[in-house]
Amino acid sequence: MKTVVVPARAAWSSVIRAGAALTITDLHGNQAVDFLVYDAHDTSVRYSAPDTIHAQGGIFLTTGSVLMSNEHTPLMTVVADDVGRHDTVGGACSKESNTLRYGHHTWSQHACVDNFLAEGAKHGLGKRDLVSNINWYMNVPVEKDGTLGIVDGISAPGLSLTLRAERDVLVLVSNCPQINNPCNGFDPTAVEMTITEAGGA
Amino acid sequence: MATATTYGARDHARAQEGTRTEAMPVVPASSWPEPPCEASRLVWAETVAGGNYTHRVLARGTEFRLTDTHGDACAHLLLHHADRPWERLNVADTVKVQWNAYLGEGVLLLSDQGRVLASVVADTSGRHDALCGTSTLVRNTERYGDGTPQSPSPAGRELFKLAAAKNGLDPRDLPPSLSFFQGVRVRDDGTLDFTGSVGPGGSVTLRAEQDVTVLIANVPHPVDPRPEYVSTALEVLAWRARPTRPGDALWDATPEGRRAFLNTAEFLAARGIA
Repeated sequence: MKTVVVPARAAWSSVIRAGAALTITDLHGNQAVDFLVYDAHDTSVRYSAPDTIHAQGGIFLTTGSVLMSNEHTPLMTVVADDVGRHDTVGGACSKESNTLRYGHHTWSQHACVDNFLAEGAKHGLGKRDLVSNINWYMNVPVEKDGTLGIVDGISAPGLSLTLRAERDVLVLVSNCPQINNPCNGFDPTAVEMTITEAGGA
Repeated sequence: MATATTYGARDHARAQEGTRTEAMPVVPASSWPEPPCEASRLVWAETVAGGNYTHRVLARGTEFRLTDTHGDACAHLLLHHADRPWERLNVADTVKVQWNAYLGEGVLLLSDQGRVLASVVADTSGRHDALCGTSTLVRNTERYGDGTPQSPSPAGRELFKLAAAKNGLDPRDLPPSLSFFQGVRVRDDGTLDFTGSVGPGGSVTLRAEQDVTVLIANVPHPVDPRPEYVSTALEVLAWRARPTRPGDALWDATPEGRRAFLNTAEFLAARGIA
């Protein structure tokens, strides 16, 4: 078992071998964890929000949800979840989208896409490799008229979820630095990553 | 006609000129029989067969209308900046920035760079989807027995790969796509309702706000519940028009949209384009 604390605003990545589990713990509560996953041996096969949504018939992730690739093959499965639902729709914050969402004064702030670019580069990934991502612990309801938005989280300190790798995968994480919306209570905090090899070693 | 000789084969091939089928490009576009504007402004006139694809580079300011002529088209759409394809449609930003998951008149199709690639000028269908993407080889093989491009049930992603390749792009350049004419709605618990088509004749008109590469796959929606592969023709017409400008209603329709247009204008001005 290997445990790493990812500080507020930081990026993290790891290869998770087939059968191993990744547990993400929301140490302080209400922290959005932006998450992308790739086939470790062919990164052109990567998480697909739309395939995941249509495979399970809904936009929220929880226990039993299978994270599907753009070739409609399973990458990881949610095998435990203390929270109940997680976001597939909102994607990552970026310096560019922040100028639209809040105003140009946000340009100098930290953003998830920059984390993904920097961390992805360590694995040979570039801008073309970034797609709509999962936001663990982020709460994005959709109203009858289609109105959607990031609202107060439903997580709490110490809650966690566990993902099982269905093949060797590369996971990229941006521990969201957003300070303009409630995705992390306007206050980014640390999260914990625990990798448990198959068989519990 | 005898085709045993080169002369005969040549005559046979040349005799085909002028053949009209339902699904084909009409070239020049100005010869389209029922132009929606002065025929001389048309730059693209095509009927895309069910289970087929098309692509075109459109200049900023071009309007393009997609029409579901028979009621069972589904136009899966991707947009890339024409000469900077790493700037491309970002579906998550499109729905998040505009605070709405549903597509319709007035919606801006945003790039990942905080700019507008295209806007939705008109919509008579209202049955669209930004959540489910397109179909894949694996899934179509499970559902219909095959999903390869030359099969009777091509998958959207396989067709997008071909359309992308013809524009120098590869599968890594294919992000989540939008689809028009087959609707999906989200229930309170996050599950999906497939609402299908509005029927024959629904149309949506988009306007290129930058020079864009348009990729279109016309295949069944991935959650279409019908066991058979149903995909009918999609009409595509494009004509010269003008991009959204300051003072237009759409420019100031929302604060987020206004900033997206301002970002776009700044980018184009710096390049000496507009």
